[in-house]
Amino acid sequence: MTITAGAFTFVSDLLQQHAAIVLSPGKEYLVESRLMPLARQIGLDDVGALVARLQSRPDDALRRQIVEAMTTNETSFFRDRDPFNAFSQAILPDLCKERSATHRLNVWSAACSSGQEPYSIAMSIVDHPLMTPDWQVEVLATDLNEEMLERARQARYSQLEVNRGLPVAMLVRHFERAETDWRVVPAVRGIVRFKQLNLAEAFDIPQMDVIFLRNVLIYFRPSTKVEVLKRVRRILRPDGYLFLGGAETTLGLDDAFERVMVGSTTAYRHKGARPMQMPSRLSAAVAGAGLSALPRPGSTLGPTPGSAVRGVASASHPPPPVGWPFQASTNNSISSQGRR
Amino acid sequence: MVIDDSSAMRLILGRIMRSLGFDVVEAPNGAEAIARLQSGAMPEIALVDWNMPVMDGLAFVNAVRREEKWRQITLMMVTTESEQSQIVRALAAGAHEYVIKPFTPDAIADKLALLGVLAY
Ligand SMILES: C[S@@+](CC[C@H](N)C(=O)[O-])C[C@H]1O[C@@H](n2cnc3c(N)ncnc32)[C@H](O)[C@@H]1O
Repeated sequence: MTITAGAFTFVSDLLQQHAAIVLSPGKEYLVESRLMPLARQIGLDDVGALVARLQSRPDDALRRQIVEAMTTNETSFFRDRDPFNAFSQAILPDLCKERSATHRLNVWSAACSSGQEPYSIAMSIVDHPLMTPDWQVEVLATDLNEEMLERARQARYSQLEVNRGLPVAMLVRHFERAETDWRVVPAVRGIVRFKQLNLAEAFDIPQMDVIFLRNVLIYFRPSTKVEVLKRVRRILRPDGYLFLGGAETTLGLDDAFERVMVGSTTAYRHKGARPMQMPSRLSAAVAGAGLSALPRPGSTLGPTPGSAVRGVASASHPPPPVGWPFQASTNNSISSQGRR
Repeated sequence: MVIDDSSAMRLILGRIMRSLGFDVVEAPNGAEAIARLQSGAMPEIALVDWNMPVMDGLAFVNAVRREEKWRQITLMMVTTESEQSQIVRALAAGAHEYVIKPFTPDAIADKLALLGVLAY
């Protein structure tokens, strides 16, 4: 059974108004499948009855539940891999140099869903040899969806979730078992701060060095994309970096951004931003594997950014780095078993 | 190369690997897998179960890592062993990646991409 045209219009107006999300005609099945569990949960027979209930009297909590149920929260650790490689192999070294006076770094995950994106960023930072403990780092993670934010704060992921996109070395370094799930360790959780934020409304957050605004603009209509990009641009520091999702761009929406290639991925910067100090080549291997060539994060003397990145690049299809996942551990008897 | 004592699991993994464009060789335990390697098979990647008769997955990983000529073989454990200490043991022995059963076909493809064995 599909919902009536009236109910569909009501839900799509609600989404447009409260999340700026566009629900194109023909998506009736989506409304059905996403709202049915909610209808059942509160003891109603079908989605029609759920919509009728909200139409009959204002109910902020119910309205919020409906909007949240309609958002797409699909995500994974190190999603698409390349942006995270660019972040740790090129952008972090560049910003470390530029921010050596303040030793502060602010990163924003602007549609963080259940937390995999901000924790991927945080793991990359914690693992980075240039990010010594005297740095003040904050990863601000925001989303419209309160329920997702609550999941993200729990930092608990199922076996299926950690199988996806997360290098196993990162799993053993940055997670601990919680019954059959895995939980992000406090050292990583500690640099992430969560906050509810609607990108479609004015927001007040600090200036950011790097912004991940990935796989969320696609849900907005062009005029909303323009507004959101403009607000995001004001938050981005003059020499900062913006990442969008693979199907998203600023082109034709905001001409004050320019595209830059970082390795094999695209980032966006303010037009005329100081040039970045780009390593000659980035490793295609994932962050965790790439880190095998980096010295132990605990070591006091980090390598120069260039040398670290070259070291990674030279091992583009590395033979087994025996013992490398232990480089971040304090157990030297294990980490010294490496083949080097 | 798919190494698992369960023929059902070999079938599933074999199917996934073929759909990703790999030719697949199977072995029901570590010893037979080693025999295959010795007779000249040179897989790009081996998916290795842990608990198998005759020679288990960990012993297989150790045996492969002792031989310089097999250094290029990427090793990925695919097993129900899910204790952190076990994962650490396998990695220390020289496995590159680790998938805990149950898994989705996507998880296998994701990990292969992480390893650079499969283009993204
Ligand atoms: C597909 S997920 C993307 C997650 C992550 N950035 C990634 O790339 O994997 C989209 C997220 O955008 C959020 N979202 C949708 N509309 C939003 C809005 N107006 N403001 C803030 N977040 C929104 C949803 O709640 C959802 O968690």
